[in-house]
Amino acid sequence: MTEITSPVERPDAIRTEHIVKRYGAVMALHDVSIRLRKGEVLGLVGDNGAGKSTLIKILTGFVQPNSGEIYVNGEEVKLRSVSHARSLGIETVYQDLALVSELSVYHNMFLNREIRYSPLPFLNNRKMREQARNHLKRMGVSIPSADVEVAKLSGGQRQAIAIARAVYTDAKILLLDEPLAAMGAKEGALILDLIRNLKAMGEVSMIMIAHNYSQVLEICDRVNLLQHGTIAFDKPAAETSLDELNELVMREYREAATKTPTKS
Amino acid sequence: MAETILSNDSTPETDLPPVPARKGLLPRLGSIILQQREASILVVAIVEVIYFQFASSNFITGNNIRTIFEFVSATAIIAAGEVMLLICGEIDLSVGQVFALAPFIMYFVNQAGLPLWVGIIAGLLASAVVGLFNGIVTVWFKIPSLISTLGTQFLLTGITLTISQGFPVITPGKGNFNEVMGHGAYSEIVWAVLVMIVVQVILSFTRWGKHTVATGGNLHGASEAGVNVNRIKMGNFMLASTLAGLAGTLEAFRITSIDPLAGGVSIMFSAVAGAVIGGTALTGGLGTVVGAFLGVLAVSILNDGFTLLGVSAFTYNIILGVAILIAMILNVRLRIWREAGRL
Repeated sequence: MTEITSPVERPDAIRTEHIVKRYGAVMALHDVSIRLRKGEVLGLVGDNGAGKSTLIKILTGFVQPNSGEIYVNGEEVKLRSVSHARSLGIETVYQDLALVSELSVYHNMFLNREIRYSPLPFLNNRKMREQARNHLKRMGVSIPSADVEVAKLSGGQRQAIAIARAVYTDAKILLLDEPLAAMGAKEGALILDLIRNLKAMGEVSMIMIAHNYSQVLEICDRVNLLQHGTIAFDKPAAETSLDELNELVMREYREAATKTPTKS
Repeated sequence: MAETILSNDSTPETDLPPVPARKGLLPRLGSIILQQREASILVVAIVEVIYFQFASSNFITGNNIRTIFEFVSATAIIAAGEVMLLICGEIDLSVGQVFALAPFIMYFVNQAGLPLWVGIIAGLLASAVVGLFNGIVTVWFKIPSLISTLGTQFLLTGITLTISQGFPVITPGKGNFNEVMGHGAYSEIVWAVLVMIVVQVILSFTRWGKHTVATGGNLHGASEAGVNVNRIKMGNFMLASTLAGLAGTLEAFRITSIDPLAGGVSIMFSAVAGAVIGGTALTGGLGTVVGAFLGVLAVSILNDGFTLLGVSAFTYNIILGVAILIAMILNVRLRIWREAGRL
């Protein structure tokens, strides 16, 4: 056990090699190689249009690349569909969009995996409520009650439940698409705590897309900067800084400005 | 039991997020009642009964209660199915025509020499097929159900008029079987209550019910979670249609004749109005069968009471229209307030 304490030595959870994705004449990704090690949190930053969401769509099986390889747990796979990716333990959490506001927290957690008093068709609400409560507690998600409708919860709580649900469905690789967007400081702290807890448990590996570099540096093990469809920068979070990241992004702006000076 | 059925998510008040302490007792009581929307419509029904009993001494009499039950039963059975469809985000405008078609199928199967109960099953199966047809057109061809079932509605009127050649027939059979199937004094209301309980249990305590809410509440999210939303929609189209066929069959036994123009859009709109007044959101995701039953009851009491008082049908329609508008405005406001956590 001792030799895998350093994140560098851990095996890869997911790895891509030379991913290329074109949309007609537009080159969305032209050579993307990333590595997410087991138990690691990888921060994926980059400007709008850099290709972050295309990359996430490829990893989630929603879009197929033109070329390049994807390895999950060391084995090469062709991700055919979202459900195929999900069967390999890859799950995307798009904000709180997947939750049903009208259903209670535990019914959301167990959506399409309901526990019943089999062979009777009736729901075993007690068991689901209890398991949901325990699971949320274990993950350190605090909500008033597992019985409340999701509509009554705050944005941060909903996001936490969406993440908790993904983990509960045996997701091993979580893709978090801007989990902190449109959230106040308090709410954001809640999600950062949750991600920290998940990291401490060590069962899942995460790729987190974010715009706020200080949060990325705070929570992530590594930072990858995606620029013009390729990884421009890949460093452990401890070896980079806010200044360096800002400088890299600003340099890109300056270059773009000199190329097309009239662009507004 | 009654309480868990009434609240769709069986949430005891004590488990709700703590009500801010600055609220007084009355507002708190108010918000509890508003959260149980079935309770507010029940209050309306009770107020109506009290008012009409004072205004007209023969309101609470055996005869009049039977009259109200006759108003309520068939519409409430249709409303039970319609609620499931509304919750999953669809509507069926053709239920009034299925109501007329099913007893004719029963009649012709019986005329062909088969037992009456086989005829009833054939009528219900035909209704289910209409529901499947509605579901296929809506789900596979992606036609909004408001349009697809509008089409079916005309289609079925034509079919029923064609097979009946436009003439009513006498309901076949006699004896206890007919009494149970709707002819008996209280048999239809018993059916209506049974249907209400069964469908509410499906909605509150089964996977099908939760998936119906999920489909209407967040179509994309539900299918992302692996819920087969198309199957849910088709199944609920079939349920709504079959229940409409059942209502039509019971009504045929009650009035002992089968009319090709029975039901129609008026019974469909009454059922939808009852559902909406009882707290079902036309936008999907919200609603209860018990609420729809009480909504139909409240409308029926109003209708009956006005008739007893000799209020003109014109006035009744004005009041019904206003009631539906108020109910829908409240519906939308309540949803916004609930989501904003103000209730």
